[in-house]
Amino acid sequence: MLYRENGQFKTTYQADQQIFPIAQDRWGVLLLIAFAFVGVPFLVDEYMFRAILIPFLILSLASLGVNLLVGYCGQITLGAGAFMAVGAYAGYNFLIRVPEMPVLGAILLGGATAAAVGIVFGVPSLRVRGLYLAVATLAAQFFWDWAFLRIKWFTNDSPSGNVSVSNLNVMGFEISSPLSKYIFCLSVLVVFGLAAKNMVRATIGRQWMAIRDMDVAAAVIGIRPMYAKLTAFAVSSFYVGVAGALWGFVHLGSWEPAAFSVDRSFQLLFMVIIGGLGSIMGSFFGAAFIVILPIFLNQFLPVLGALFGMEISTATVSHAEITIFGALIVFFLIVEPHGLARLWSTGKEKLRLWPFPH
Amino acid sequence: MSGRKIGDVILDLKNISLSFGGVKALTDISFDVREHEVRAIIGPNGAGKSSMLNVINGVYHPQEGEIIFRGQHRRDMDTHEAAEQGIARTFQNIALFKGMSVLDNIMTGRNLRMKSNLFLQALWIGPAQREELEHRKKVEEIIDFLEIQHIRKTPVGRLPYGLQKRVDLARALAMEPEVLLLDEPMAGMNVEEKQDMCRFILDVNDQFGTTIVLIEHDMGVVMDISDRVVVLDYGKKIGDGVPDEVRANPEVISAYLGASH
Repeated sequence: MLYRENGQFKTTYQADQQIFPIAQDRWGVLLLIAFAFVGVPFLVDEYMFRAILIPFLILSLASLGVNLLVGYCGQITLGAGAFMAVGAYAGYNFLIRVPEMPVLGAILLGGATAAAVGIVFGVPSLRVRGLYLAVATLAAQFFWDWAFLRIKWFTNDSPSGNVSVSNLNVMGFEISSPLSKYIFCLSVLVVFGLAAKNMVRATIGRQWMAIRDMDVAAAVIGIRPMYAKLTAFAVSSFYVGVAGALWGFVHLGSWEPAAFSVDRSFQLLFMVIIGGLGSIMGSFFGAAFIVILPIFLNQFLPVLGALFGMEISTATVSHAEITIFGALIVFFLIVEPHGLARLWSTGKEKLRLWPFPH
Repeated sequence: MSGRKIGDVILDLKNISLSFGGVKALTDISFDVREHEVRAIIGPNGAGKSSMLNVINGVYHPQEGEIIFRGQHRRDMDTHEAAEQGIARTFQNIALFKGMSVLDNIMTGRNLRMKSNLFLQALWIGPAQREELEHRKKVEEIIDFLEIQHIRKTPVGRLPYGLQKRVDLARALAMEPEVLLLDEPMAGMNVEEKQDMCRFILDVNDQFGTTIVLIEHDMGVVMDISDRVVVLDYGKKIGDGVPDEVRANPEVISAYLGASH
């Protein structure tokens, strides 16, 4: 970021409170979105879409949701996978049980159902925090894992909870090719991303952060802890639920409860920690990192091994993946709890002065 | 202190007793606060001064007693209700929102007056946007008043202690309170910072007519700026009156001020 905001004098509060107050940021984000819509489809092949870009977009959305709750409101959750599952299965039920239900409607209603469930499982947060809350949300994970395997109504009586969705059609567009899936997910992500950015700079975002930073002071100032915490759970679960529905409908097509196991919950939490707690951009960094790292290791480690005359099996690669994730989590928690996003902003701050030391 | 006129009793505390388990923090304390006055609470460490403020704005609920605020009788206060009724406070160990900028911290003080719903906020349209701008304007007035324009966008965690105290005051002022509770606003400050803070407190009292209840250890400051002083010791009230009266009270002298030999 070799730019500074020099010479951009704000003369109205409106100009100062824009979503991206610095002109270069504004143009940068616009160009990035335009490139993602127009440029990327010409540059990548089907494999890239299916293996990297679509998972990246959907998991970004989910980690954005988790970040609103964990990073902004300070309420830890280990149940994100469950809320993805609720979004996916609720969306599925709306789609097959309600006649003429449009796909987009089913996805959003899936998210809304997840939000309602999120509120219920957020209630313990009014009493407990930290590790105890993590355990309480873990209960959500195991409850829904169980429910989607055992309660046949949820999965339309299919054995082992396996359901599938086909012939996706959104507002007249067929969502079947990787490109159309990519564009659809990207559109959803852009809308939800901007909405998240708006919320965290509005009064609701300030309430969440106030609760996170100092809950007694927040209460004294007139913020209702119950309202702030439960809206955070609701909004977060809505995001995660929509991501879950997209994961099922668009990415997998047919899925079973194992797709949203406790591993997924941990993965989302890792994304937020590595990407940066309390940063919208961090959610994207984290998702990109966690989606790309395994693929990178798959390609890179065997080559590295060959250099030293060693044969590296796929099992070794997947073990290395887990080891590296673990090490990174420890590294970030100790060295930079605010994750990649903080490294990014520190770098930007250094570059503002560069090449001068002060 | 020209224009201000001390009015009727706005806050009346009657026979307040507060205990935690077996520990009695406050025993049968009664005192009142008049509109527009500067009321100080003094006493040695552990006398129950902060507990008293916590009772007034509803963080603690006393087991016995009655709180009468603006004519309404209450058994105890509720934090949210206290805030809605116009009671603001600052904290002894600065309780700012560390991850947020100075501006955002002060904006949280406007939270009760912001009514737009979540969807409008997510879309940043209509009333939500208007509200942000409107309240930003008010917040800027407070920023000007407390002379902290240069740090508006700085994260509060990076500020020196004296400025953090000032931001804490700004956040409370953003509520446009009727009654402002200040818990040791000058603790740990040097002389210049204390002078600045005294000036701000007196200006707030004078210009906005805000009633101020203040805990402070610096006797010089207390005697100079307060209209009436209440003295606590071991959770009991041992003195109450105008500064000169309190200074002459033998019980207060032995408990707190120290006898001159």
